[in-house]
Amino acid sequence: MIEFDGVTITFSGESTPVLRDVTLAIPEGELCLVVGRTGSGKTTLLRAINGLVPHFSGGTLAGRVVVDGRDTRDHRPRDLAEVVGFVGQDPLAGFVTDTVEDELAYGMESLGLPADVMRKRVEETLDLLGLAELRDRQLTDLSGGQQQRVAIGAVLTTHPRVLVLDEPTSALDPLAAEEVLATLQRLVHDLGLTVVLAEHRLERVVQYADRVVLVPGGGRPVSDGTPDEMLQHSPVAPPVVELGRVAGWQPLPLSVRDARRRAAPLRALLDGLVPPGHEAADGAGEVVAGLSDVVAGYRQVPVLKGVSVTLRGGEVVALMGRNGAGKSTLLKTLVGMRKPSSGRVRVGGEDPAALKPARLLRHVGLVPQVPGDLLYESTVARECTQADKDAGVPSGTTVALFERLSPGVPPGQHPRDLSEGQRLTLALAIVLAARPPLVLLDEPTRGLDYTAKHRLVEILRDLASRGHAVMLATHDVELVAEVATRVAVLADGEVVADGPVRDVVVSSPAFAPQVAKILAPQTWLTPTDVAVALAGVTTVSRP
Amino acid sequence: MRPQNLVTFPRILHPGAWWLWALGLAAAASRTLNPVPLLLILAVTGFVVAARRSDAAWAHSYGAFLKLALLIIAVRIVFQSLLSSGSQGPTVLFTLPEVPVAGSTGLKLGGVVSLEAVLRAFYEGLQLATILCCVGAANSLGSARRLLRSVPGALYEIGVAVVIALTFAPQLVTDAARVRAAHRLRGQSGGGLRALKRLAMPVLEGALDRSVELAAAMDSRGYGRTTDAGRVSRRLTGLLVFGGLLGVCVGVYGLLSGTSAGWLGMPALLTGSVLAAGGIYFGGRRTGRSQYRPDPWALPEWLVAGSGLVAAVTMFVTLAVDPAALVLASVTAVPPVPLLACLGIGVAALPAFLAPPLPRPAPAAPARTETVEVAA
Repeated sequence: MIEFDGVTITFSGESTPVLRDVTLAIPEGELCLVVGRTGSGKTTLLRAINGLVPHFSGGTLAGRVVVDGRDTRDHRPRDLAEVVGFVGQDPLAGFVTDTVEDELAYGMESLGLPADVMRKRVEETLDLLGLAELRDRQLTDLSGGQQQRVAIGAVLTTHPRVLVLDEPTSALDPLAAEEVLATLQRLVHDLGLTVVLAEHRLERVVQYADRVVLVPGGGRPVSDGTPDEMLQHSPVAPPVVELGRVAGWQPLPLSVRDARRRAAPLRALLDGLVPPGHEAADGAGEVVAGLSDVVAGYRQVPVLKGVSVTLRGGEVVALMGRNGAGKSTLLKTLVGMRKPSSGRVRVGGEDPAALKPARLLRHVGLVPQVPGDLLYESTVARECTQADKDAGVPSGTTVALFERLSPGVPPGQHPRDLSEGQRLTLALAIVLAARPPLVLLDEPTRGLDYTAKHRLVEILRDLASRGHAVMLATHDVELVAEVATRVAVLADGEVVADGPVRDVVVSSPAFAPQVAKILAPQTWLTPTDVAVALAGVTTVSRP
Repeated sequence: MRPQNLVTFPRILHPGAWWLWALGLAAAASRTLNPVPLLLILAVTGFVVAARRSDAAWAHSYGAFLKLALLIIAVRIVFQSLLSSGSQGPTVLFTLPEVPVAGSTGLKLGGVVSLEAVLRAFYEGLQLATILCCVGAANSLGSARRLLRSVPGALYEIGVAVVIALTFAPQLVTDAARVRAAHRLRGQSGGGLRALKRLAMPVLEGALDRSVELAAAMDSRGYGRTTDAGRVSRRLTGLLVFGGLLGVCVGVYGLLSGTSAGWLGMPALLTGSVLAAGGIYFGGRRTGRSQYRPDPWALPEWLVAGSGLVAAVTMFVTLAVDPAALVLASVTAVPPVPLLACLGIGVAALPAFLAPPLPRPAPAAPARTETVEVAA
């Protein structure tokens, strides 16, 4: 269906190619997962499938890309519209019209299909993707999962044979992600569509994939194969695979179901061992911040409905809950960006909303969902000097912090050209320059690959051990299992659970990490915990 | 009979019909300073809006337009009182303290305020306010966005550009608010040119990123695929459409101003219309796009647009036959009642009944009987 034949892609102004000599064939009806680090060329590979690279992006493409018999050399993206459906990272940015129904029809209108055909296909697509009830709704009013499904529907109406998606679930909470992935799987199984998708969160998709394409980046060769072949030696792997490696299972399990069926001997082996508690290292320190009975949001529609939370030094508190449950509002209240309509907020004994910005940053720092919002200078070095000035600390402090968090970034680089992970650490370094006792992060793992996430886990642990209180709003259950000492779950503006990680997440179907699901009723959270425990058992009898 | 032709069949009226209706009323209002027909037009717009507007966000804009209209009248009266030269009428209402303005500009501040000056200001303000309310009525009855959907194929690109701009503008505002809030976190209190520079950079970057993303999405969904005509025909259509629209504008100006040369009116309008129609026809043939569920133009649309036209035509006829009924001999006199024009404006109130009622959202589907049985 899709053939890459000796493809080398070089963008104009760059000396080295992004992708070198890629030869690849993706047969019809497969779900193909493209993995690799940020900036490795995944998106470029995806965009080459429908000719956006090089027709839209510029640059040169040597070799041939043939999709369903059409060479992208002679076909512009628009000429491939009924062969390849392309869904970008942010569905909202790709919407042309403003209601669901019009959006579904847009592609067909461009192709000039007759009115009766369009009418029929729109109805079919509404049913196929379960969007019938949303047909008249404004696109901006939809939830993230619904928007993503509309974006998929909008490219399906032209009846493409191939669907290409770039990180379709990176901005979604676990349940909305399930919704989108279930839709994709149905398309592959029922319609025989060929689906190519890039995704960082392997644990969500690898079980559905028929083929994995690894893009290592830096011009190294692209390799592909079945998921368990590819994951055998991959440096990045979802927890279920890591657990499989720890337990020595062959072939490696890819889904919780596979692993669970083989886990009985492992459970027997672990029986009687006490899983580590994941609690704050030397007990929680003193109270750094607290909310009591806070109501905040809009006048008629409060987002937080009486929330009380206390944060202590040395803690890493994960704030979980579906989109719109009030996570971001809670963080904003803690930095005084939102004034509570009733209740009390105290950060370091003061009301953050009443503090002058110049004093606020000594008490609390927030890395926003889009870390780039904090940045405005033209180089990393200038950004750091400005941060030193803002915080009133000796010059060089921020650069040193950034160097420690993200070594080896040239100071002359433009913040825009940093990778997602580097941009996040730069924002974090700026926030940390004033040494605030409370550090907040809103969705820090969005767009981060495993390596960057690993680095983030180390950084957060280090912060906690230095006595900072850290709170992060996140959907990433595996990150929570790794790093959090406490979890608070928000639902509909109220705290529905607040306690040690193990007590809160293990029994929850949405928030339990894979290892907990596999080893339940035992309460292990990460493959590392299991590995450490197994190493302690002297008589390891491998099954 | 197709249900679209029934005035009782619930559906959304073509927004173009509402805009034509409102233009008719606005044209009528532009021809007179007589407060009787003006107030009548104002009442008609309010009545029809109350009867036929939807629950959508834009439908509440009539209230905003009405407030703006009142403000215009008030501002006009205040300025007239402050700046009146005193020679406008004998009936002195009151005298304000006078501030002399240097030089012989003929201007002065304060002084005598006459009833005539205030009334004249009120009537002129009322005319402007009425026209504004006509636009407000059209805006809240027929969605401007929906109207853009029905632009002819030749103007399609412009329509798309406007729709995208309408989506991007609110997005820019949200972005700016978000970035401003983030800068507070860096300890900056904001304000001044520096703060603006710091704000502009991330906001514009975001907007640029989104535009590129949107362009890529449109390209991969087939945008512009069918518009592959030669350069000559493309230029020709552009010239025809542009020249035609220019002609229409000149014609409308000539007709409405009433004082310009004869050729500026109807002849220019007709020539312009023919040219534009030709351009749009040829341009439409070239695009090869199709339209999904175009808004139908059936009997109710004709009736609504026609009723607006009746208001305009009766006003113009009255102006030709009995100009004394529309032009006030003196501002203090009791305004005459132009019977024919008022009748015409009355006709323009009929869309409150002639436009089809709006479809109500369907009630939620009843729970499935099986589950009820199981529960029972």
